[in-house]
Formats: sequence, structure tokens, C-alpha cells
Amino acid sequence: MMNATIAKLAAQALLGRRRFILLLAFPVLLIGLVALVAALTDGDAAFQILPGLGYPLVLPLVAILAASSVLGPEVDDGSIVYLLSKPVSRHGIATSKWVVALGATLVAGALPILVAALVTGDTTRAFALFVGAAVAGTTYSALFLAVSAVTRHAVIASLMFVLIWEGLLGNLFSGVAWLSVGQWGLRIGHEISSELPDPANLPWAIAASVVVTVAGVFFAGDRLRSFTLRGED
Amino acid sequence: MSTLVLESASRWFGNVVAVNDVTLTIGPGVTGLLGPNGAGKTTLMAMMSGFLAPSSGTVTLDGQPVWRNTEIYRQVGLVPERELSFGYLTGRQFVRANADLHRLPDAAGATERILEVVDMVEPAQRRLDTYSKGMRQRVKIAAALVHGPSVLLLDEPFNGVDPRQRMHLMDLLRRLGDEGRTVLFSSHILEEVERLARHIEVVVSGRHAASGDFGAIRRLMTDRPVQYALQSSDNRTLASLLMSQDSVRAVSLNGDHLDVQVDDLGSFAVELPGLARQHDVTLFELSPSDESLESVFAYLVAR
Repeated sequence: MMNATIAKLAAQALLGRRRFILLLAFPVLLIGLVALVAALTDGDAAFQILPGLGYPLVLPLVAILAASSVLGPEVDDGSIVYLLSKPVSRHGIATSKWVVALGATLVAGALPILVAALVTGDTTRAFALFVGAAVAGTTYSALFLAVSAVTRHAVIASLMFVLIWEGLLGNLFSGVAWLSVGQWGLRIGHEISSELPDPANLPWAIAASVVVTVAGVFFAGDRLRSFTLRGED
Repeated sequence: MSTLVLESASRWFGNVVAVNDVTLTIGPGVTGLLGPNGAGKTTLMAMMSGFLAPSSGTVTLDGQPVWRNTEIYRQVGLVPERELSFGYLTGRQFVRANADLHRLPDAAGATERILEVVDMVEPAQRRLDTYSKGMRQRVKIAAALVHGPSVLLLDEPFNGVDPRQRMHLMDLLRRLGDEGRTVLFSSHILEEVERLARHIEVVVSGRHAASGDFGAIRRLMTDRPVQYALQSSDNRTLASLLMSQDSVRAVSLNGDHLDVQVDDLGSFAVELPGLARQHDVTLFELSPSDESLESVFAYLVAR
């Protein structure tokens, strides 16, 4: 399913763009902020930054940047025809690109959350949050990849999902947790440390994460099969 | 040997019909797809390369439909008009990536061989974003040819390429055609097409307007009457003089100038200055009023 050449090109596309600096800036700022607050106040206060800002905002933003960078520009400018005019499985292309986006999300999104959480002390809750972030990062990257395959406005659409649906509405209505990628991750992390909240239920959180991930990558591949080249005329 | 067949293929986008009921067979050798900008050449190319579903009709390669059929790319090489956005790769890396995507047994060797064919060995270690238009075009062709496809589709391959590089590309395509490959390229420039293609398909406004040997198409195009706008010191006198010439089909007074319809361009051009001088008429301006390729095409369609 994986195609090493596609993955290599996707990684080069990701690293070769200016967005990459943005992708690195988020985790650096997050760790810096948490370390600063931990030094000024105490670890527990600093930890609150993570479920408050790092997890619900930095993680999905990193996932959006990563997923849209590996697919978005090529679909936008049509240069993906150079990859698609090959006898390569479209689902293989989608999977390969997703793996690269996932790697970036884990390295620049989930890992910094672990590092920042470790700075605040408690190792168990740090690992719990990391597991949650890894699960959510996996699901986010697949979801946003699918969005990138559908619309030119992938970044905006993905941002709206994160900010309005998961953020604004998720805070107002607890029921939104059932359809919130971030909350599924937290629920899975809750199994490790009860300091994490307990939205939805565990089987649902696991099943929903798996379904969205698989469906997202599959859907992206299917869209690539139907990729249409629009001429200037 | 492969054959691309379009059967009553149409494509519309909402209310706009881009390609209208086109039936075409593209066989081995070089075929030129000629038409003015906006005629639907790119849409046709997209349908033939499997990147656009026909709204009705079929597009097949050796009997296999091309839409949503990944396997056709084993036989097809595509050179899109679209620019390369892989500026961060070197020419060699880009061609090699294409070879790898085809899972060629000797990808490195195939890469070097094809770089040689397009004469890009020397600049191959430079990044794509340092290339001239002609070099990018050749690298695109190398990438499309690396797996030795039996069908090569090129969308406006000579656009923006300087004359020397153009000659080079034409030689290359001619060679590929002589090898028995099916080579189809699109262009809106008649001279380009007739220099390269034995067989020409003309599309105008989404319709298949003419098909055949370039000589036949050329004759169709040059034999048509040509319209000129002519301004002189005495339009009325000049009009009567012109009407006595065999080369002129019709003259009409039109405000401050004459509209002249000419059948035989050569003798008209020779006769006009002498005629004017003999009768003391000063010519101010002579301009072709329908010399654009669009009007040539319009004539072909109306015929």
C-alpha cells in the first residue's frame, strides 16, 4: 500500500516549503510557554496550558498544516497529475501521503505535548496526554487529508471544524464530544490517567477514531482516482 | 502500437459545452491537435489522458476505457501543459522519481538513457526551478517517456519554448512517431503543427472541424477568400479599379475605408501598388481584417 517514492516526494514537499518553519514554530512556542509558566508559578498551573491550548489548538493546527502541505498545493496547482499519470494505486498515494503527514503531526504536535507535559512534572498524566494526542493526531491527519483532497479551501474548512465545532460548540455542548476527534483522544488517554476528562465512552472513542482514520485515507484515495484536470479554457 | 479512440465524446461544465460530440481515432505516428485557444484542446487532452470523465460518449485506449483506469499509464506518457511545481528537485531526481513510480527494473539506467535522448544530461543535476522553459519542457518529456510508453500525449508542448529548442523537440517527437509510437500534441499555431504532424485534427469551439493530411488542411485554409481593410486618398476610384482585377472577389465602401475580399492573395499583393500609382491614388493603410487563426477556423467550421 505504501509507495516509498510518493512518501519521499511528500516529505520533500513538506520540508521544502516555508510552512515548515511555521510547523516548527508551534511546538517550540508551546514548550517555551509551558516551561516559562512552570518556572513562574508551578507545574500544575503550567500543565493547564496543555489541555487548554496545546492539545485543542496546537495539535490540530499542526495536523492541518501537515496534511494540507503534503496534498493541498499539488491538487491546487494541478501538478499532482505528474504523480497520477503513473500506474500507481491512488489509495497507495493517499496512504503514503498520510503517513508523511502523520509523522509530521506526531513529531511536531504530539511529541512536543509530551515534552511540555513532562516539564510540568507528573509523568503518568504526561504519557496519558501524549497517547491522547497521538491518537487524535492520527485521526486529525487522516481527516484533514480527506478535506485537502476535496476542496481548495482545505485549510479554512479544517480550521472551522477545529475552532467552531470542536472548540466553540464543544465547550458549549457536552454532546459534541461524541463527534470530536480531540475528545476521543482524551477519552483514550483517560484510561492511563484519570486527570484527563472522561467524555463519551471508550469503545466509541476507539471505534470512531479508527473509522474516521480509515475512511479519511480511503476517501482521499478515491478522490484522487477521480482527479480531474481543468484546463485554462 | 496503440490506438486512442474517442466515440461521440462530449464534455460540458454546467451550461458550457467544452467538447461537443467528437469522434476521433488517433493511431501510431505524429498527430497534431490544432485549434484556437479555448477550442477545447485541453479538455480533449484531459479526457484522453484519463483526467476527465466524458459527460457522454466514450474514450478508450486499445478498447479499454481510460477514466478511473490507472493501468493505462503503463502505455501512456503524459506531458501536461501544467508547470512543474517540484522546483526543489533536480532534473535527474524528478525523472528518476517517475521511473521509480513505474517500478522500472533498472530505474537509474532508464533515467540516464532518457536524459540522453532529450539532451539533458548536463543540466540534470541542477534544480528544476533554475531551468529555462525549454529545459523544463524537455525534462517533462523525459519523465513521460522514461517507461517507453506506446502513447505520448503532449498539451501545447511548444508554448514559450525558444525556436532552437523547438526544433530539437520537434525532431524528438518526429523520431518517436517514426518508431511507431502514437504521438499526439496540441497546438494553436498552424505552422507548428504542419511542420511536425503528418496527420492533423482540427477542433474549433469544441467541435471536430476537420481531419486529415496537413496538405489538405493547408489548402482548405489558404484557398479561402481573405478580407482586407483598405484606406486611400480616393476610395471610390480605387474600388472600381480593384473590381476589374481577377484576384478580387468583392469590394464594398464602408465609411472611410474599403472592404476588399481577395481570392488570390499573391497576385493581389503584386497588382495593388502599381494600380494605385498609375491612377494617382495614395494608399494610406492596408490591413488584413480577418487574418487571425480564429477566422481561419471559423471559415473551416462554416464550410
